[in-house]
Order: sequence, then C-alpha cells, then structure tokens
Amino acid sequence: MPAFNTSASSVRPAAVTARGWGWRHAGRPRPAVSGLDLDIRPGERVLLLGPSGAGKSTLLHALAGVLGDSSAGGGDLAPGGSAEDADETGSLLIDGAPPRSRRGRSGLVQQDPETQVVLSRLGDDVAFGAENLSVPPAEIWSRVAEALDDVGLGQLPLDHPTSALSGGQKQRLALAGILAMRPGLILLDEPTANLDPAGVLEVRDAVGRCLEKTGATLVVVEHRVAVWKDLVDRIVVLQPGSATDSAVLIDGPPDQVLAQARDMLTAAGVWVPGYVPATRVRGARSAGPASAAGPAGQLLLAAEGLAVSRERPRRAGLRGGFRPVPPEPVQAGITARVRAGEALTITGPNGSGKSTFALTLAGLLAPVSGRVSATLELSAGAGIDPYRWKAQQLIARIGTVFQEPEHQFVTGRVLDELMFGPRHLGRGGDRVDELLERLRLTELVDANPYTLSGGEKRRLSVATVLAAHPRVLVLDEPTFGQDASTWAELASFLSELLDDGTAVVSVTHDAEFSEVLGGTELSLRAPGHRGRELPERGKVKAP
Amino acid sequence: MRQELTLRGNTAVLTRANPLAKFAAVMLITMVLALSIDWVSASVALAFELALLPLAGLTVRLLWQRGWPLILAAALGGWSTTILAPDGGAILFDARIWSISEGSLELGLGFMLRGLAIALPAVLLMSCTDPTDLADALAQKAKLPHRFVLGTLAAMRLVGLMAEEWQTIGMARRARGVGSHGNPLQRLRATLGQSFGLLVQAVRRASRLAVTMEARGFGGDARTWARKSVFSGLDVWVFLGGLLIAGAAVAAALAAGTWNMVFLSRQ
Repeated sequence: MPAFNTSASSVRPAAVTARGWGWRHAGRPRPAVSGLDLDIRPGERVLLLGPSGAGKSTLLHALAGVLGDSSAGGGDLAPGGSAEDADETGSLLIDGAPPRSRRGRSGLVQQDPETQVVLSRLGDDVAFGAENLSVPPAEIWSRVAEALDDVGLGQLPLDHPTSALSGGQKQRLALAGILAMRPGLILLDEPTANLDPAGVLEVRDAVGRCLEKTGATLVVVEHRVAVWKDLVDRIVVLQPGSATDSAVLIDGPPDQVLAQARDMLTAAGVWVPGYVPATRVRGARSAGPASAAGPAGQLLLAAEGLAVSRERPRRAGLRGGFRPVPPEPVQAGITARVRAGEALTITGPNGSGKSTFALTLAGLLAPVSGRVSATLELSAGAGIDPYRWKAQQLIARIGTVFQEPEHQFVTGRVLDELMFGPRHLGRGGDRVDELLERLRLTELVDANPYTLSGGEKRRLSVATVLAAHPRVLVLDEPTFGQDASTWAELASFLSELLDDGTAVVSVTHDAEFSEVLGGTELSLRAPGHRGRELPERGKVKAP
Repeated sequence: MRQELTLRGNTAVLTRANPLAKFAAVMLITMVLALSIDWVSASVALAFELALLPLAGLTVRLLWQRGWPLILAAALGGWSTTILAPDGGAILFDARIWSISEGSLELGLGFMLRGLAIALPAVLLMSCTDPTDLADALAQKAKLPHRFVLGTLAAMRLVGLMAEEWQTIGMARRARGVGSHGNPLQRLRATLGQSFGLLVQAVRRASRLAVTMEARGFGGDARTWARKSVFSGLDVWVFLGGLLIAGAAVAAALAAGTWNMVFLSRQ
C-alpha cells in the first residue's frame, strides 16, 4: 500500500523538461510543435503565450498525458485522431519520466465548462480523479471537502447537482477535481475564455489560493495577460513550428517579456495589459458608397413590457383543458428601442436573461408576455411580429450571430456558407465578395468552416449573417475568447456598419467593445431568485 | 429544461434500496411476464406494481409524465394485435383483413396489459434510482467493467446537454434562413440538417469529455470507490417482493387456466 499524503501542503511540485520535443498530429502534414527546448523548475508558474497554431494546447495535452503516445501504444482517446501515424520527436518529461507513465502527477482544466464536469453530483465529481488513482475511500472524502473549500465551493452540499452551477463555478469544480488528485503540475488550457468578467476573477483567484497552498507547478495558456500576469513568475512565448527555429521565441519574467516583446505580442493578437487595439472611430465616413440602409435614427424594432424565457409553454393537463401554461420568465418588464445606425448594448450578470432577451428580440424565441414589434420600415410587409416571420423573411431583416459560430454552419465550404443566405433569398452574391475581402476570408473560400481557427470562425459567422443584408444585426457575446486582432477587426467593422445605417444589438460584458460602438446600454438586473448565479468570491471557509 | 440525473427531493423508501436488488426484482417480474401472453398474469402484476407506486415516490400523474411513451406504445401494441391477430371465437367486427374476434380481443388485451406490466417496473426503477448509484452497484456488486459503466454514466450526462443544444441549433439555423416551415420534404431536410449539426457538436463534446476523464486518471485497471455500494435488509425485502409478484402472476394465470406460453403458442 503506497503512503498517501494527508495534507495538500505536502504536494511535491513537478519539474518539466523538454529536449527537442515535437509532435505531429495524425493526418496533418506539419508538426504542431517542433524543436521545443524548455525547463520548468518545480513550483514555477508559467504563462504560455503565442499566436494560434503555435502548439500551446498540444503541449498542455502532452503534459497531461492525454496525447496519443507513440511509444506507449495507447492514445485511442487522443484529440488528434489515432496514435498510429502521429509522430513524436525528442523528449518531454515530467520528473524525468514520460507524462503517460505519471498518471495523476498532472491535472488539466480545459476551456469548455460543460465538458469539465464528469458526474451529476458535486462531491462525486471531485472524487472521480482520486478514485481513479486508487486513493483509499476514507481519504478521498477528506480530500474532496478540502478541495471544495479551496476553490470556494465548500458552502454547497455534496449532492448539489453539477448541472445547476454557473460557468465559473463549473471551472472551479474542475479545479477541485484536480486538486483532489494532489498533482504536482497544474495545467490550465484557456480556463476562463468562455466566462464573464466575474467568472474570470473567480477562477483566477481560486487558482491563486490553491497554488499558495500547495506550491504546485503551474502552466497556463491564456490570451488575456492582465488576468494572469501577477500570478505567474515567468512568461514563455511559443511560435509556430518550423524545422530550423526554436519553438520558444521569448522566455523570461513577465515584466521583462512584456517590455521586450510588447509590439511582437500585440501583433500576434495577445492581450497585453494596458493595451486596447486601435479601432475605427464612429462617424468617420467609410470608404464604401453610402449604404441604401436609410436614414439613421429611424425606429426599426421595439420591445414593450417583454418577459422572456427559453422554455416553451407547457400544456396544462386534462383538468386544465390543455391550455398553454407560460413558463417562468428569467427576466420581465423589458422595454427597448432599436434604431437604424444606432448601437444597443445589453449588459447584466449571468442568469439575468441577456441572451434570452436578445434571441426574443431577434424573432427566434416567443415572448412569454409583452411583445416585440417591427415597424413598417423594417417589416416591409412581413407582419409586425418577427417570431411569426418565415426564416427567409427573418434573415433579410434581422441577422443573429450566435456565441458559438459552429452552431450556425450549414454547409461544408466557406464560399457556400456565404452564398447560402443570398441564394435562398433568390439574390445574387453581390455583397459576398466585399464581405470576403473585408473580413479577410478570401484565402479560405474552399476551406471547411469547421476546420477554421476561432477568430476565422467568428469572422465567417458575422459575414454569413450579413450576406443576407439585414437591417438589424444581433450579436451574442461576439468578443468572447477572441484575440486582440480579431477583436479590433470586429469592432471596426461593426462601427462601419453602424455608420452605414445598420442597427447593431450586442450582448456583451466587454466594456471596451461597447465603447467603440457607442449608442445606448440596457442593463438587466440579476433575477429575483438571486444568489445561485452570482459569484461567491470572498466566501471561502477557513480550513 | 436540463434533465436532472439526481433524485433530489425523492425520499421514498425504495430510493434507499440497492439498485442491483431493485434491478433483480424487476428482471424477475419482466421474465415471467415475457413467458406468457395472457391478461390474468399481466393484470395481477400490474395491480401489484400500481400499489407500489408510493414506495418509489411516484404518483399516477408523475408516472404518466415520465412513462407516457411506453404507456402509449403498450396501448398501440394491444390495438394492432387485436385487429391483426388470427381470429378465434365469435367475430365482433370485420373489415376484411382487419377483424376483431373474441380470441383476438383477448390476445390484444393480454398484449397491452403485458406491455404495461413490463414497462411499469422499468419506470419505477428509474424513478427511485440515481444513475450514479446504479453505476456504482453494477461495477462494484455485479462486477461489470468499470470503464464501460462509468463511460456510459458520463455519456448520459451529455444527453441532457444535447437537448439544450438541439434547441440552440434550431434557433441558430433559423437565423441562417433554414426554417421548419414548408412541405414535409423541406421539413425533413431541415431536421436532418439540424441532426447533423447536433451530431457534430455531440462528437466534439464527447471527445473533450474523454480528454477530461483521461486527464483525471480514468482508464487504469484498478480504482477505488468513494461511494461503497452495499446491500441491506431492505434489499432482501425488495427481492422477495419481486419474487412474490412474479409468483402471484403465474399462480393466478395457472389457476384461471389462461397461462399461455409464447413458445408453445396456438396458431
């Protein structure tokens, strides 16, 4: 029986050594990482930066031991496909041994909160990793309690359903699940990219507390340097793989790296602290011909006393005469005006129904009560209620860009994707070339939309919706997880659209973004049953 | 919206029984009922099962909400048996190949009751059993491979997620001009497209979840269990209860002379 640590403070931090390490995913012509030489001392905290395609995630997956390992022969779960023709060069070691042979020495938190949860009950989920490492059951529950306290979830009962947690809470739960394994190396792959600002701080602070306590080594990949700068003591910048150059571009203490390579980092789209990318100024005349969108300020769409919910009305039973029973609204009494050439920004905490309101305004969800009405200017004969419009009538009037671009892809090729709307409307693709050019998609016309990078997917999803010429554009968190370059492009592009007379409605937490767009802000309050979705920072129980 | 996979709020006595004991009792009843199509054994079992509803924390209303597809399927099965089965006895209604006779009515009724009596224990079992506890029992007590059991359990969580995803993809596609309007063929095409979108998302989510699980040490040969699955005195009663219902059903049918083994079925 191996001896188990009884206290988290006795975790032995792990060392990482890479010597000429490289990895090529199965079926890819070029390696994701090549020629990596890197030493991370036990207890060091490293922020990994670099443009997309530099292999940051690949390195993290390799350290977590979940990349198909050609020598170990396993790897059927590798994200890149089968291990058979994946290719590894050089060596990558944790404490002098391959990561795959050191199960439990490292713990990984990924980006998508939904897939970080394994089991349905809070306590069971935290226990999962420790169980897999064959920790004795009695020891597991004390580790679970300690880990939940450390991430600030100790106030919730152990049988709390994990599906009821907010995004930030799910990421902290994932962190707790790792802490219960007592790893010497904590790996975070963009853990806060999908979270609102409050969630970002919750997770960052939880990570900070855990590192203070355990002294474990940290490797974190994240675009937003400001969030992690004070927590790490070293920044390593990677560059895309090539045969001759080293994979590490710059390596050093945060302040030094940020001073030395500021321009290079901003050019690569990294969010360097204190840097807001230059964007087009509203009101500057665009180069293109004046749009036919009509005079600015004209009322297009109005919401009156609107109550919203994602749930559909239920049918009352036999005794209720099968009448529809309206669902409980997440937000009620919303009044808003959407005008041509003006921006409307919707803000508010998690769970306040921002996205639900935007989708209702966009004619995609039926109001619970109150109403959304289109003016004659917008409806042009299609009727007053956007929810009752046919899909084709809708896209020519109101365009909606979803938070997850993949949800909106309907073809297998970028050009078809752009032509889809115009074709269905029986129009030519007059605007398509302009959009391709403007959103830098010209090179990608034959690519499969699913294979694009995050920034390219975002640009494509905006372009596809605009190809149908809507007068109103609704965007749900368009800047989530985007690098600074895509951010600036998007903000400039939207400011141009506004000046051309399109109305832009955006749900966003991003104050700088709404500043570029100008216009009015609609701030939704937290729902009546407050508490669950709110961050619980500062409520950590003393151990 | 999200399908809850926990039993919060249900404190009925059967929730405390070991899932494996409940499973065994259900299997006993199901196997006996599968042997014979007759209305006596099915009615007796059904009567017992309905009496057990409160013990599982169910009401008739909840039962209908959770089990209506099964109940409808049983009724439909009974009806089609009634009109299509070979006739026997007096003809009650005749429209060429669709005819109802005393014999086919009895067979149809037996079929429907049997369907209900077989479906009901499954609904009962799922209503008073937490899937996590069932997985624990299957892996620890029934010694099924833990990788298979826990993999299935984690995948079940994704099913609830996919229901939400379906709604979102539907809206996202409407925003691209793909409507659920038009003739049945267009609707079918729209639904197929939406299903493909869901499939893509499901595969992505599943592979990310697999990475999450593997990164937490899942996939080794040995593991410990934080939740120990145990048998108690209650489980003996649960098993005996299953035995009693199965036995009573057979005895009643034999006594009434309606026992009708499917394998030796009359033509």
